[in-house]
Amino acid sequence: MVVTCEQVWREISSYLEGETEPALRAAMEDHFQSCQACASLLAGTRNVVALYRDERMIEVPAGFGRRLEKKIAEGVRGGRAGWSTWSAWLVPVAALVLIGGGIRLANSLTSNSPVKSQLAELGHDIPPDMPVVVSVATRTFHVAGCDFIHNKDTVRTMKASEAIREGYVPCVRCMRKYLSVAGRPTGLDAEAITADEALKEGDGD
Amino acid sequence: MSEPNVLMNNPELAGDTSEQDLIARVQRGQHELFYELVRPYERRVYAAALAILRNEADAEDVAQEAVLKALANIRQFRAESRFSTWLIQITVNEALMRRRRQRTRVVESIDDHHDEEGEYRPRDFADWREIPSEALERKEVRQKLAEALGSLDRKYREVFMLRDMEQLNIQETAETLGISIASVKTRLLRARLMLRDLLASGWEQGWFSRSPAGKGNKPW
Repeated sequence: MVVTCEQVWREISSYLEGETEPALRAAMEDHFQSCQACASLLAGTRNVVALYRDERMIEVPAGFGRRLEKKIAEGVRGGRAGWSTWSAWLVPVAALVLIGGGIRLANSLTSNSPVKSQLAELGHDIPPDMPVVVSVATRTFHVAGCDFIHNKDTVRTMKASEAIREGYVPCVRCMRKYLSVAGRPTGLDAEAITADEALKEGDGD
Repeated sequence: MSEPNVLMNNPELAGDTSEQDLIARVQRGQHELFYELVRPYERRVYAAALAILRNEADAEDVAQEAVLKALANIRQFRAESRFSTWLIQITVNEALMRRRRQRTRVVESIDDHHDEEGEYRPRDFADWREIPSEALERKEVRQKLAEALGSLDRKYREVFMLRDMEQLNIQETAETLGISIASVKTRLLRARLMLRDLLASGWEQGWFSRSPAGKGNKPW
């Protein structure tokens, strides 16, 4: 296998990453032996990476660490640690519940299934590494291709665990199987589905 | 002047400083230890925010917010990822959100569509002599390197920063920026080649003229 200089330029970054296939790698190494320009390119690119990876390249403003430590201490004193587990879930869920109307909520409160424990368990069984599409606008996350992704211009892809961590709420349609207790929709799920439908209708497109 | 150092001042904790242990303690409620957990990465957190926002005040603000967000979500952290990666990803998300608020969506989307199609042809093939890592001791050299990085389009700068400075892997870089792995690889290639050319031409302009590696030979 013989490679040209142009091929080397295209592959040099992958070569440095160790990601080129063995045959291509061997061909590139042969090429570096005979082509001074490409050998120079390799050395220079390697040096660039080494320079910027050096810790000394990162400079912070004077007092940065001190201010950060102070900020954390304030956050700890203000009880900020751990708050988001609840607040990140409750705010969007509460919004959905409000959109759906209060009647069913009242019903669910008087039912046998306690609302608080279901909230805490929402999405608990979603595989953490499952790729999901999050909608920044609606603060929800979906499986790719879900028809209920609103504002498609604000979507991003990430792992389910990251979406949950960032406070996104699982779509009650495509994530439905993860939102059920003992395999059947809960009162809250039913409520949220109604809310989701209301949201979709409200979108107008 | 001296700041409280929980770890150093607490004999019970001295000698028991592994990151996993610190994480477990903070997760169990010893939130006062959180700064000790973050401290090794605070510079990288700031650098990540700065590379995206390009404003020192904003970068510091976002770095603080990101760290507080990490503290708030510490119980969500799972050991399958590195703590540093998790922290950097939170920082990048915070910085990107801040930038979105600062810019109009129209400008962003136009910018995003000027992608990396077409090959980048290296311009400079001068011979190299040595790795000039000792040159980093000099502030003006670091400044020039930072300027070169800052001169790249943001799509190249961000990928390079996450992969080569923050040392996230390719997949983590793609996930953090919400782009494909193929895009990360393409942008990384261009970023590295462009920086190499910029630094090579900078050498000719005398950026590193007082370097011990001088005498006209490019170190790359």
